[in-house]
Amino acid sequence: MFSDYSLAELGSIFVMQGFAGLILFSVFVLMALGLAIIFGQMGVINMAHGEFMILGAYVTYFTSQFFLNHLPALFTAYFFVAMILAFIASGALGMFIEWAMIRRLYKRPLDTLLATWGLSLILQQLYRSVFGPREVGVELPQWMMGSLPLTDTIEVQINGLFVMGLTIAITVVVAVLMYKSSWGKQVRAVVQNRVMAGAVGINTEKVDRYTFGLGCGIAGVAGSAFTMIGSTGPTSGQLYIVDTFLVVVFGGAQSLLGTIASAFTISQAQSTMEFFLSGSMAKVLTLLGVVIILMLRPQGLFVIKVRR
Amino acid sequence: MTAPVKSGRTFFLRPQDMIGIVILAILLLVVLPLTLDNFRLQFVGKYLTYAFVALGLVLCWGYAGILSLGQGVFFGLGGYCMAMFLKLEASSVENTKIQTTPGIPDFMDWNQITALPWFWEPFRSFGFTTIAVVLVPAFFALLVGYALFKRRVGGVYFAIITQALAAIMTILIIGQQGYTGGINGITDLRTLHGWDIRTDSAKTVLYFVCVALLIGCILLAYYVKSSKLGRILVAMRDKEDRVRFSGYDVSSFKIFVFCLAASLSAIGGAMFTLQVGFMSPSFVGIVPSIEMVIYTAVGGRLSILGAIYGTLLVNWAKTSFSESFPELWLFGLGGMFIAVVLIFPNGIAGLYQVYVAPHLGPLFGGAKRKVTPPAATPPAAGSAAPAAAE
Repeated sequence: MFSDYSLAELGSIFVMQGFAGLILFSVFVLMALGLAIIFGQMGVINMAHGEFMILGAYVTYFTSQFFLNHLPALFTAYFFVAMILAFIASGALGMFIEWAMIRRLYKRPLDTLLATWGLSLILQQLYRSVFGPREVGVELPQWMMGSLPLTDTIEVQINGLFVMGLTIAITVVVAVLMYKSSWGKQVRAVVQNRVMAGAVGINTEKVDRYTFGLGCGIAGVAGSAFTMIGSTGPTSGQLYIVDTFLVVVFGGAQSLLGTIASAFTISQAQSTMEFFLSGSMAKVLTLLGVVIILMLRPQGLFVIKVRR
Repeated sequence: MTAPVKSGRTFFLRPQDMIGIVILAILLLVVLPLTLDNFRLQFVGKYLTYAFVALGLVLCWGYAGILSLGQGVFFGLGGYCMAMFLKLEASSVENTKIQTTPGIPDFMDWNQITALPWFWEPFRSFGFTTIAVVLVPAFFALLVGYALFKRRVGGVYFAIITQALAAIMTILIIGQQGYTGGINGITDLRTLHGWDIRTDSAKTVLYFVCVALLIGCILLAYYVKSSKLGRILVAMRDKEDRVRFSGYDVSSFKIFVFCLAASLSAIGGAMFTLQVGFMSPSFVGIVPSIEMVIYTAVGGRLSILGAIYGTLLVNWAKTSFSESFPELWLFGLGGMFIAVVLIFPNGIAGLYQVYVAPHLGPLFGGAKRKVTPPAATPPAAGSAAPAAAE
């Protein structure tokens, strides 16, 4: 399959596909971060994660509309406001759902899966009824459009670069929050030993609620970033959910580093193969590869060694 | 699970199970055919094919605690095996002489394939197809089950991996149009050994075949449940380590029940193809697979007969809602998922056990039988108040 291309062309193809892979990687990481927090730290399967993401995307869309109509002068900066609003909206919904539903199900992970799937169906239909079935796209501010030529054959899109920068920033924030702040210490304590954490005075219920809220909030930000590179419809979230779960499981559910590494592997493999094979076969081979590796190494790439 | 009293069993059936089966049989074989018109009866026949899947899930999920979100894959495998047999019969040389290559299915011809691929070749024989319907999915389940259960992958990880398999399967079928018919599936099926399956009378006959097969499968499920194997499955679900320490090879039992569930689903898939007249990837993927779980959950994950009623009820609701308020259906379905988890984890069968069965006890043979609700609680309902436990 390589024989049709010259060496230089192959190089460019790999760089361009690698860049496309990096954008996919950013979306995966943003989605998987929230999921890794919820699934890895709390053991809850949130099948509605994609819908939290889409909520963020809709919030971003409406913020952009608002800025376009009422504050056109500030339009270049709307995205940052939208991101914060998306975080708040998705996080608040997440905390509500935790309070109403998830907290009753911590001991029954399989049932959480079913209940959150139900939630995702309801949210999808809600979006469809409220926002309409059509996909919506935001208008990018001027500075985010266009692409930067690196060489004659290689050029990169600015919005892609922006999304990548955003991903790095959010990952750093999450890592600091989880590993450096006292709140993160509480979360990790609850994960490692819930009863003992409670015994030393950590309010485990509160920690659970905020952890879930944080995970959902990050999903909202992911949705915000998602609008930069694609359009949003009521069912867009569902397209990514299985991939994202595989990313989290493949990385080793409790390790943030693992999540990032596996998102990188999966996205790069997929986008590189996409050039040579049809898109569907690339996806099949990637997913199949992940499943087979998971069969050989069920604990995922990275494991935290904890005595239980 | 308290072991049911041994006395009063006919073969492996308790009296109340026997009555339940007879009532179901009367309902499906006599009442529905007499009261519904042909059109509605065909709907019921279609629902009943899902009931095979639900039945498999009762064994696999309810009794053994293995939640598979990929049952659609097996349903599809069975369905595609049968569809390919019918398709090959429908695309005989004289039927397809306008094609570039006569004698192969039309979708292959449209995709510039000139010869039947080798793996479809044996599906010209009906005998082979019937065996393949049962064995191909079982073999596939064996592969997956062997790889995962031997390494003690279970619970949510298993659920996610099976879900990924369902996704892979759909993408593969859609992507490989020339071999599988792509997103349209395998359509335009006409005859089975020259017998036109599209007529109303043929569909009625197929309905009865389907019911008969379903009752056979129900009996099989009861047999498994009442056997020692069934007890081990339940024990394994509740305290896996203890069963392992008692010297049982836990993974083999899991693999077995997973394969059994796969075969049952596949029979359903094959019957679906026969009755509905086509098979497409829309019955394979993530969404249909998880919907099949809700049939079982609504009916009662621990009740074999409950799963049948659950399937009928959910599908009936789906059809009537989709006819009158299509936009409300997803709310209903979503609400059902949440309600069945939060409010009545044992589904209809659980409600029956608690509210109806105690009053019926004296009427039927098992007068002395006390209904003990804990006997029917799901694996973790013992922790009904997890918040309080913290």
